[in-house]
Amino acid sequence: MKVRILVRLKPGVLDPQGRAVHHSLEGMGFDGVDDVRIGRMIEMDVVDGTSDETLNTMCEKLLANMVIEDFAIEKLEGEKETA
Amino acid sequence: MAFKAGVITFPGSNCDRDMAVALEAVTGEAAVRIWHGDADLPDSLDFIALPGGFSYGDYLRSGAMAAKSPIMRAVVAAAERGVPVLGVCNGFQVLTESGLLPGALMRNAGQTFVCRTVPLKVENTSSLFTQAYSEGETVRIPVAHHDGNYFADEATLDSLEGDGRVAFRYEEAVNGSRRDIAGILSENGRVLGMMPHPERAIAPASHHAMGGEDGRRVFESVIKALVSA
Repeated sequence: MKVRILVRLKPGVLDPQGRAVHHSLEGMGFDGVDDVRIGRMIEMDVVDGTSDETLNTMCEKLLANMVIEDFAIEKLEGEKETA
Repeated sequence: MAFKAGVITFPGSNCDRDMAVALEAVTGEAAVRIWHGDADLPDSLDFIALPGGFSYGDYLRSGAMAAKSPIMRAVVAAAERGVPVLGVCNGFQVLTESGLLPGALMRNAGQTFVCRTVPLKVENTSSLFTQAYSEGETVRIPVAHHDGNYFADEATLDSLEGDGRVAFRYEEAVNGSRRDIAGILSENGRVLGMMPHPERAIAPASHHAMGGEDGRRVFESVIKALVSA
């Protein structure tokens, strides 16, 4: 089973990287951008039937830092990898 | 008195030798070097130091992987028994990631790596790690980091301040840290995490170590406390 995890900074946590990228976009002339926030995507191949609880624990204990980040788990069961 | 200090080395640590040299210079005893993959600490350590560097290449988040390494289970257990633990720079990041200290160290607000000697106010002069400093004193200790921007929610910050757990505060803008926090203590005061490098400031500038000697008293404080205990 393929699992995709999105790790994002919590709302209200300042994102210096996102701000710098926002600046660059503006410098390039893209002036319709209100905000940029940068997160991380983690894709895992896990054994079929891996429980939500196990996936949540992986996120809480290592993949995300719950002080500053939120995570969302997306299961891609049966989805064929598209190159 | 024999003072047995241990320095942990993770893959990617690069201030572990500096830390061991500083400890030996101050204590007169060679520090025990400990590898991250060990499951147990040597017996009867008086002090544990987590050094600076880029453990595990800073993969995922600074300090995140090191915090889950085998030796850290033993370090957390030792800290819970009251063994003093000092984490400097990447060591501070490991301490927050392991839950021994609250908050998180984020990318510097200015996005740049900051490498210079900065003025710090010693906010707490009665802790295990800071009692050799004088109240209201400003000291100069080098920083060298990319992820030193201390973050915690307002309630956590208020409780850190209220309980005297802010050990050091930057006296100039360095990295965007909330309330200019440079170093914090654990609830029981036995764990200190700080971004500045006291181990780089243990000898006068005329000596080969150019960072001055304002960091020396972090180590002297601990020794004094343990000797008189």
